[in-house]
Amino acid sequence: MSIRIDDEICTGCESCVANCPYGALEVIDGKACVSDDCNLCGACVDSCPVDAIILEREEFKIEKMDITQYKGIWVVAEHYKNKIHDVAFQLLGKGRELANILKTNLTLVILGADFDDKLDEISQYGQDKIIYVKSKILKNYYSDLYVKTLTELIQENKPEIVLIGATPTGRDFAPRISKRLHAGLTADCTGLEIDPDTGNLLQTRPTFGGNIMATIRTPNSRPQMATVRPGIFKIPEKVKKDVKIRKIDYDYTEKDSVSKIVKVITKEKSKVNLEDAEIIVAGGRGVGAKENFKIIEELAKVLNAEVGGSRVAVELDWIKHDQQVGQTGKTVSPRLYIACGISGAIQHVVGMQGADIIVAINRDENAPIFKVAHYGIVGDLHKVIPTLIEEVKRVRAEETL
Amino acid sequence: MDFKLTPKQEMIRKITREFAEEYIAPIAEESDQNSQLDPRVMEEMKRMGYFGTCIPQEFDGAGMDTLSFSIVTEEIGRIDASWSITTGVHASVCAFPIYRFGTDEQKQEFLPPLARGDRLGAFVLTEANAGSDAGGVETNAYLDGDEWVLNGSKIFATNGGLCKTLLCVTKTGQKGRRPELTIFIIDTDTPGYSVGVKEDKLGCRASNTSELVFQDVRVPTENVLGGIGQGFRLGMKILEYGRIQMAAQTVGLGQAAIEASIKYANERVQFGKPIGQFQGIQWKIADMGVEVECARLLTYKASWLCDNGLDYGLVGSMAKLKATEAAMQATHDAVQIHGAYGLMKAYAVERYFRDAKMAEIYEGTSEIQRMVIAQQLLRGGWQL
Amino acid sequence: MKIFVCIKQVPGITEVRVNPKTNTLIREGIPSIMNPMDKNGIQLALDIKEKHGGEIIALSMGPPQAEEVLREALSMGADKAYLLSDSAFAGADTLATSHTLSLAIKKILSEGKEEEIYLVICGNEAIDGDTAQVGPELAEELGIPQITYVRKIEMSGEKITVERVFRPEEIVIIETSLPALVSLLREINVPKFPTMAGIVDAYEKKEVNYLDSKILNADKAKIGLTGSQTEVWKIFIPERKGEHIKLSGTIDEMNRELCQRLKEDKIF
Repeated sequence: MSIRIDDEICTGCESCVANCPYGALEVIDGKACVSDDCNLCGACVDSCPVDAIILEREEFKIEKMDITQYKGIWVVAEHYKNKIHDVAFQLLGKGRELANILKTNLTLVILGADFDDKLDEISQYGQDKIIYVKSKILKNYYSDLYVKTLTELIQENKPEIVLIGATPTGRDFAPRISKRLHAGLTADCTGLEIDPDTGNLLQTRPTFGGNIMATIRTPNSRPQMATVRPGIFKIPEKVKKDVKIRKIDYDYTEKDSVSKIVKVITKEKSKVNLEDAEIIVAGGRGVGAKENFKIIEELAKVLNAEVGGSRVAVELDWIKHDQQVGQTGKTVSPRLYIACGISGAIQHVVGMQGADIIVAINRDENAPIFKVAHYGIVGDLHKVIPTLIEEVKRVRAEETL
Repeated sequence: MDFKLTPKQEMIRKITREFAEEYIAPIAEESDQNSQLDPRVMEEMKRMGYFGTCIPQEFDGAGMDTLSFSIVTEEIGRIDASWSITTGVHASVCAFPIYRFGTDEQKQEFLPPLARGDRLGAFVLTEANAGSDAGGVETNAYLDGDEWVLNGSKIFATNGGLCKTLLCVTKTGQKGRRPELTIFIIDTDTPGYSVGVKEDKLGCRASNTSELVFQDVRVPTENVLGGIGQGFRLGMKILEYGRIQMAAQTVGLGQAAIEASIKYANERVQFGKPIGQFQGIQWKIADMGVEVECARLLTYKASWLCDNGLDYGLVGSMAKLKATEAAMQATHDAVQIHGAYGLMKAYAVERYFRDAKMAEIYEGTSEIQRMVIAQQLLRGGWQL
Repeated sequence: MKIFVCIKQVPGITEVRVNPKTNTLIREGIPSIMNPMDKNGIQLALDIKEKHGGEIIALSMGPPQAEEVLREALSMGADKAYLLSDSAFAGADTLATSHTLSLAIKKILSEGKEEEIYLVICGNEAIDGDTAQVGPELAEELGIPQITYVRKIEMSGEKITVERVFRPEEIVIIETSLPALVSLLREINVPKFPTMAGIVDAYEKKEVNYLDSKILNADKAKIGLTGSQTEVWKIFIPERKGEHIKLSGTIDEMNRELCQRLKEDKIF
């Protein structure tokens, strides 16, 4: 297997260079060249406007699947303590949109024990069918039973797309099913689209820690499987309609599983390094006094965030040294950084300018922090933060149905 | 000629660097202020085998060649000169001489605890009247039956206050105008031994430098290292080997100064641009780079000569001289580049500057190095 | 008992930078490291060996430079190391990768004692691909039980008792028998640095064995690009926030607008 550039056709337009996730392409003397970093992934081939890139595969027989036999979109739900995870409803919302484009059916699949009286409520999210596999033992999640049951159902019903929440549960059974069926699976998707030319599902996901987005497709295999990140899609408005419900009783017992569930426990929150934190709330001189730092901690708590601060906060003993962000402290790159009462001197900014979104709350409208903040609030943090905490609580409550 | 390090040496460097950055860097400033070696670092260093780098595995050491050992010392020195001098001195001038010159019994008895770091080691030569002039040693010993009785005191002993095993350079007689010197291996649990003043120093403050007192300390004849009257000859060889590690750690220190200067020069904006874009700063950084790299090459060559059984004294001395003077200049310029921030404890460069000054004087002053180098060159000792 | 640990060499992504002109990843000067969760895997294997005995076998599929992470595994204390390297393995997605790894494990098992119990340890996910798929797919290839998102494991004879994280605050305790596969979270342990003697031994007394598609008798249809079902159609750099906005209005109004914007940014 190899890759080569046809020099006679190549125009040196550099379209391929931008499409290589491995940086293996370079235009030298007007022609594209491939380096040893090439991983033969083929992302460049389609990007070439003049088809100058040839990926040569060895010729031998691969049994090609008849993909035309596969129709319909499935969403597989997970549940805990008899409550279905929100992501299933979010996927039904997106699934409906995809099903409409493909002019096909949308099915919700539940493996559980006590959903009989909930089916009516669950059927109002836009799906056409529900497959409800009922077995007493499936009140809990059993990895091997989910894999066995879903594989059998997929082989029987042949859906073209199967969507699963990218949770520890979904990401546990989905890959094993994909291997059993030799069907392509894309993990933790943040975007789903239908390719208008082929009807294939285009699955977009973050890689390299979110620094690069990749769009994946599985043109030769069915079903096209994807685990999807919770919270990306919206839960749709409820709509009453006729939904076909198929209930299947399975007689599973504990002996059918290779694993035994001993018990479920709740864990204590573990300490997170600032460098790994998704959200950081930081306080600076403007906080004023050690007692006032409590509102910083409270805001962090409602955001499920870590607490940080500037050098001043460490020196005045409001926070520990390992919570200091800045030139003589840590460099962080969270999704969200909220700087409260921090002026924004370069010594601090170099430590946090890598954050995706920076929010600044400061009394001084000329504070340099506002130059780096994406969203700035000019105001007294002691007045702003308490109401911000309430607003965050309200929005969070809204998000979880 | 191959300047490339082997994959093993690259791995040794990588792991030591990661360890030093994770364990030592966060507490270096505090240790310097408190003049104390951090116990958590000590435990991990022992576990990882940093006290027995150059001692063969049969005696519980790591079995490393000299170049690998130098790389270890360089990487530790890049983070904290107090630690690199502690492990460097312990392994190169206390443990290693026992391996090199000791009897089988001495090796069996003393090496494993030293290699594991269960017992810390020291090499004590300097006295109030004997600094650069080793001939001025007055600590003496006389034979009483099958024991030697030691009396005297040593000052400025690195690891002095913490060591459990030490090599003591002692006067056991007179050879014409010069004293006859003998090296004794001493167990500090011996009655009559005590630790005196712990010095409060300018630099390498976390490392222990103490005065040691010997009052009728009885040492069995089995503890003579290499033979009676061999003290001067062996002492010179011991210091020669230790010099390579002193050079290595100071190369690390110079490296730290360069890295801090580069980082600051790229971040600090004055007069509309990062100061690294001004030639005045650029020239300082260029000069630091040249000097430290020269010192590194001399250190690696001295290590290589040693590993290949060739004479390494001349190049080792050149390395120590070059490394310490390069580090002094580099750390001086690093402070200058940082401006007023360079004078503040929150920035590591002020500590690097103080640590560099120590290196120009200990383990053979720059003046002594020049003497050693000149004597060898004048005797036609130049080698490729 | 054989303890297999699958490890991967990955770029140290915190250093990843994007070339603004070509919109691609700048890969020069980025250090390659052992995938952090895989290092937890080696440490777990060492802890198990210390308590229960066993032979630790580190495996990696990758180009020749991946030998470095196998040497690091040997330095930490692994007994044997295998690098699965062949241009035929290139372009593999998780399906092909897990198949290739399973060929090596089956081959190593066939050369050992019959019916020997074994444990396969994987990191839950790699920091570059982030799929978390190879572990379960490998377990399926080997026909053994899998437990993913593991934060604690105890062994007793041929049974393992495992703590699995299935919700942010909920842990389920599961028991299964060996042979089995576990994929670990970073919270399972703190990997210890190799010792200096360990590093010396890794290079002077131990070796990295190379396995290619011929030695593994691999079916070409199941490895590399041909054994893959997913393909990268295109890549792009996500848009970074550009604007800097100062909100206005009363405190309540500003807070509401802020939360609305953060909601749109998918913070919640």
